[in-house]
Amino acid sequence: MNDQIKTDPSKAAERMRAGSMILPLAPWLIAAVVLALLPQVFTNNSALTIMNQMSITIVFALAYNMLLGQGGMLSFGHAVYAGVGGFACMHIMNMSDFFASIPLVILPIFGGLFGMGLAMIVGSFSTRSAGTVFAMISLGVGELIAACSVIIVAFFGGEEGISGDRTYAQPFFGVEFLQQEEVYYLTAAWVLISAALMYLWSRTPVGRMANAVRDNPERAEFLGYSSRWVRYYSFVASGFFAGVAGGLFAINYEILTEENLNTASSGVILLVTFLGGVGFFFGPIIGAVAFTLLQTVLSLSTELWAFYAGALFVATVMFFPGGLAGLIMMHVPAFKLRKASGLILPYLKTLLPGAIGLFGLAALVEMTFHFRHAPPGDEEMTIFWTTFDSHSLMPWVIAVAITLIGLGIAKATAPSLRDAWNEANTAGGAS
Amino acid sequence: MDLILVNLIDGLVTGLLLFMLSAGLTLIFSMMGVLNFAHASFYMLGAYFAYSISLALGFWVGLLVAPLIVGLAGAGVERYGLRRVHQYGHVPELIFTFGLALLIEELVQFVWGKNQMPYNVPEILNFTAFAISGNSIPAYKIFMIFISVGIFIGLLYVLTKTRVGMIIQAALSYPRTVEALGHNVPLIFMGVFGVGTALAGVAGVIAGPVLGTFPGMAFVLGSIVFVTIVIGGLGSLWGALVASLLIGWITTFAKSYNIEMENVLNAIGISTPENLSDSVFRDFWSLTSPQIADILPYILMVLILIFRPAGLFGKRSS
Repeated sequence: MNDQIKTDPSKAAERMRAGSMILPLAPWLIAAVVLALLPQVFTNNSALTIMNQMSITIVFALAYNMLLGQGGMLSFGHAVYAGVGGFACMHIMNMSDFFASIPLVILPIFGGLFGMGLAMIVGSFSTRSAGTVFAMISLGVGELIAACSVIIVAFFGGEEGISGDRTYAQPFFGVEFLQQEEVYYLTAAWVLISAALMYLWSRTPVGRMANAVRDNPERAEFLGYSSRWVRYYSFVASGFFAGVAGGLFAINYEILTEENLNTASSGVILLVTFLGGVGFFFGPIIGAVAFTLLQTVLSLSTELWAFYAGALFVATVMFFPGGLAGLIMMHVPAFKLRKASGLILPYLKTLLPGAIGLFGLAALVEMTFHFRHAPPGDEEMTIFWTTFDSHSLMPWVIAVAITLIGLGIAKATAPSLRDAWNEANTAGGAS
Repeated sequence: MDLILVNLIDGLVTGLLLFMLSAGLTLIFSMMGVLNFAHASFYMLGAYFAYSISLALGFWVGLLVAPLIVGLAGAGVERYGLRRVHQYGHVPELIFTFGLALLIEELVQFVWGKNQMPYNVPEILNFTAFAISGNSIPAYKIFMIFISVGIFIGLLYVLTKTRVGMIIQAALSYPRTVEALGHNVPLIFMGVFGVGTALAGVAGVIAGPVLGTFPGMAFVLGSIVFVTIVIGGLGSLWGALVASLLIGWITTFAKSYNIEMENVLNAIGISTPENLSDSVFRDFWSLTSPQIADILPYILMVLILIFRPAGLFGKRSS
């Protein structure tokens, strides 16, 4: 992973010297405008719910990437910090006197503080080394706290969790957050603030040192930095923003259960972050958006969505360790050489049949599943808007044919795509 | 006294079962430096394969064949998956095995469904071996003990006394030198990975009928296995044995003796607060040992990692 980080600090500095702040600010301004306009485009409540879900995942994934991508620490129990932050917010919501005296918008700060507090305790011994030992401690602590949730009922509420009501807070300029849309704007504002803060953190000396310690702790030590303390600061900051994500979760769903703490949620956030790409700051954002959409669309249409997500994850680790962000940034040289247009046709030739082949494969998987697990007598199934009898031969032949032909064409055209790729990434020459 | 003996046997069974998993895992770790998160998934695959085979050919064929299939699958994963990911570094390797664990769980649900399989103890072993003051010990537990001890002795013999074992041990410490001497080190790695997963498969075959064959079985045991090898010291076979038995006995004893936190605290001189039901620590006071039996290994691991990061028998800390 050493060669994935391609941030260029000198560039931003040059722009600063030139006195232009517009270019580095542009992505943030665009993001703010998009976030503000989204509820005007997608007005129904389910879309708002998905967007809230997405925003929370973005904050959490960015916080997670402070560890994994920027600090090189693989955590298998990061849901704990978000969960504890969320539970703390829930308890604040239930302290009616205190809660009535603060506006709801600052509640995530308390979540962040509690997440940070826990991270300070755990980090004091877990950040001593990175790599496998850190991963194991994070897993152990994660399991420990998740298991405590059914034992320490006073704080975690046992099996049924803790619930509260966000509307008891002090109204914020008259807004009581009864509507889903008002909650959306609160969440969106927090996404923007925390993303900006996390970005700025990665530009500070301690954020830079986190990268150095990730790549070569020994060398960082020789330069006079304690790699342990650098890891500790990253860990605590990550715990804070995870707690903010937990607080946003508490505001949105008004209930927290053991599910917010357990290893499965920690695994999901690892999946989201890695899918998006750990090498770039915006990777987890892409990952969170893509994963939430995938989850929503797939879980509506198939029972097997976790299977597809797992397969996608393993394929990403094996073939595209840079994730989606890495895939996107791979094309920057081609654009800079003004040769990206030469890639469109080869891409279409290879990826379109490939995608069709994969759909054929998915159809085969679905048909096998239906064949094995459907109740007896139920022989009709519908995929890709076609209804047919899964026990007859014809659909199988068609699905196998589509798969083989699609993947076959993709395989046959792959060499020409490789040639086009090499051509597009070579400076000069006949274009 | 009798109860202690029964618990000792129960703990031994649990511990040896854990050891069969942790032995393979710790071997794989000392070889490739990567913790195989999917190790317990191979244990689950062993149980499921054995169940499917036992339907057609009986339990004993399953016991022989299922670990072989699991070992082959493991070798395939090493050859075509891990070896590819290896070039990206250790963290992607860990992530890969983690993803593989997720995928295998989904795959098992896809093939066998979400319900528990009716995988049972074979008729010939379904009797009471002996009884200790009214507590009967099933013959299957004795069988499990014998199988695991047999495997441990066999493994120890192969690793320390045979030529193959010597080469493996050398390849673990100095892969480049061994390669220069003309041995095929990648093949050795693949073989060790295959044998390690096959061991997990054996554990799955014999544990399936007792602990239940269901899609969550890998998850239930998986993290405990990591805890075991971390406590024992990463890469140490003896450490894995000691830690497995330790965890087996601790959890068994904690479950069978109801030690209450209130009594413990009173015994060391802290008196119970007056208004216990209003206190924020009320859950802490009402803790009992069966309640925390399942998290004791995690507490032990965190303590070990804080005070002795290399583990009980480990030589290196990372």
